[in-house]
Amino acid sequence: MSSITDLGACEVIEGLNKKDFLSEELIEEYLKLLKKENKLNAYIHYNEEKSINLAKDSDKRRVKNSALPLDGLPLAVKDIFCVEGEKTSACSKILENFIPNYESTVTSKLWASGAVYIGKTSMDEFAMGSSNETSYFGKVINPWSKNKDLVPGGSSGGSASAVAGKLTPAALGTDTGGSIRQPASFCGAVGLKPTYGRCSRWGIIAFASSLDQAGPITRSVKDSALILKHISGYDEKDSTSANIEVPDFVNSCSDSIKGKKIGIPKEYKIDKLSISVQKIWDMGIEWLKDSGAEVVEVSLPHTNYALPTYYIVAPAEASANLARYDGVKYGHRAEKFNDLEDMYCSTRSEGFGPEVKRRILIGTYVLSAGYYDAYYLRAQKVRTKIVNDFNDAFNSCDVILTPTAPTGAFEIGANMSPIEMYMNDIFTVPASLAGLPAISVPGGLTEDKKPLGLQLIGKPFDEETILAFASVIEKSASFKSI
Amino acid sequence: MSLDKSTLERVAYLARIKINESDIDSIASELNNIMSWIEKLNEVDIDNIEPMTGVLNVPLREREDKVNDGGYHDKVVKNSPEKIGNSFSVPKVIE
Repeated sequence: MSSITDLGACEVIEGLNKKDFLSEELIEEYLKLLKKENKLNAYIHYNEEKSINLAKDSDKRRVKNSALPLDGLPLAVKDIFCVEGEKTSACSKILENFIPNYESTVTSKLWASGAVYIGKTSMDEFAMGSSNETSYFGKVINPWSKNKDLVPGGSSGGSASAVAGKLTPAALGTDTGGSIRQPASFCGAVGLKPTYGRCSRWGIIAFASSLDQAGPITRSVKDSALILKHISGYDEKDSTSANIEVPDFVNSCSDSIKGKKIGIPKEYKIDKLSISVQKIWDMGIEWLKDSGAEVVEVSLPHTNYALPTYYIVAPAEASANLARYDGVKYGHRAEKFNDLEDMYCSTRSEGFGPEVKRRILIGTYVLSAGYYDAYYLRAQKVRTKIVNDFNDAFNSCDVILTPTAPTGAFEIGANMSPIEMYMNDIFTVPASLAGLPAISVPGGLTEDKKPLGLQLIGKPFDEETILAFASVIEKSASFKSI
Repeated sequence: MSLDKSTLERVAYLARIKINESDIDSIASELNNIMSWIEKLNEVDIDNIEPMTGVLNVPLREREDKVNDGGYHDKVVKNSPEKIGNSFSVPKVIE
């Protein structure tokens, strides 16, 4: 028998409108699951009283016919968004007991649209990771795990696991180099990274400010469009927020793709691509062709340099952003120290995990005197070339189709070197560096029955076209959720 | 360019991160692996290419320089691990 927790975001709103159930009933159903089901470890905490009160308020508005656009929709939030009064730690020990006195712009927009907070989802510490294994609050399990536990991907692994594991209809994530798209791919969910500047970064714990973007992880393309519509828009509190009109993204999902051109980048056909990943990619091309799209080969010649560029730019920005964690204003402070400087050093050494330290060290090194030109400046110039590649490619196509990740989910505890782990983002990082919108939509299962997403990359601020293409893939793939 | 032990110690100090003596060699070798992978970027011809600091091609906005927020010291210091009244407290730095 199907349950109300099987419903996606649009279906929830429809059911509430038809009075099939109340928001309070739905949130209680989810809270029941959260209390019983801790196998996935997707949430790090939730606030039962707050959620129930929000749901009750929502139900009252609906009775008075004054329902808001997302009224009564339960929503999980990655632990990187400041939510007023709720512990927000970016899953780091250094922020373990931080309780924000303010609300991020993106979450405040969602609550103002009637969404109901469920809880905070786990993530890689400070969003640095591709497996959710660097979270201070333990490993998160992919709901597709069978005999052996699989990672949900990262860094928004808790959000992806919760959405796919039916512990929330929809969730918020953030994406710096693939942190929404790769976990969505691993868990068989839809994940959308908007154009840089589309959504405000205000109140999101910063990792790499020239790359970070908020976005939805959902069970359908239309659900992502719905959430995107309500988190987008200009915010004067974010100096990189774009003052650009927000279209009705939900309508874009039914736009025809007939006559549109789809670019296949030849450089993404890497040796390591397994036969089943290639097969899903080929099927995606066929589905889009069947719907009237035209296929063109495009070239992104600097693809190979995207990851090394990212691993200079992102750590450099992170080392600056994370300098604020010094044990003075908030978060963890070491108990034992000799003087102020020792307090900083001890606090930071105890508070940050190994991957975060690794990136702070790389970032500090590439920005330090004598190395700046050789590393950081060079990386910024290569970044320009990567962006130029995309500009050239988009002269001959409307969207670019690639696999989201080179493999399906791997096992928890797989003994990977940092570079092997970084390779997970080989297909997602280039669009991040160029600030382009990109969506991962389930394309099928690999030969060992793991979900794999197809990624559509669009022109700047053209989320509408990637949503239209993603909807075609979704319909053709008819992917069965777990 | 390789990251030797003394460079690592200097970088760690700049970042205010302590590294145990016993971990220095393994961290240096790990970072060296990453840095030599990154050196692939030396193959790219970057002559006459402008560096990119951000993807939005819009100038930073200006705003009026006026106070539009404030008056809540208690909230500001609320999360501090150690505070005295409305101030952050740190170990003594001037004798």
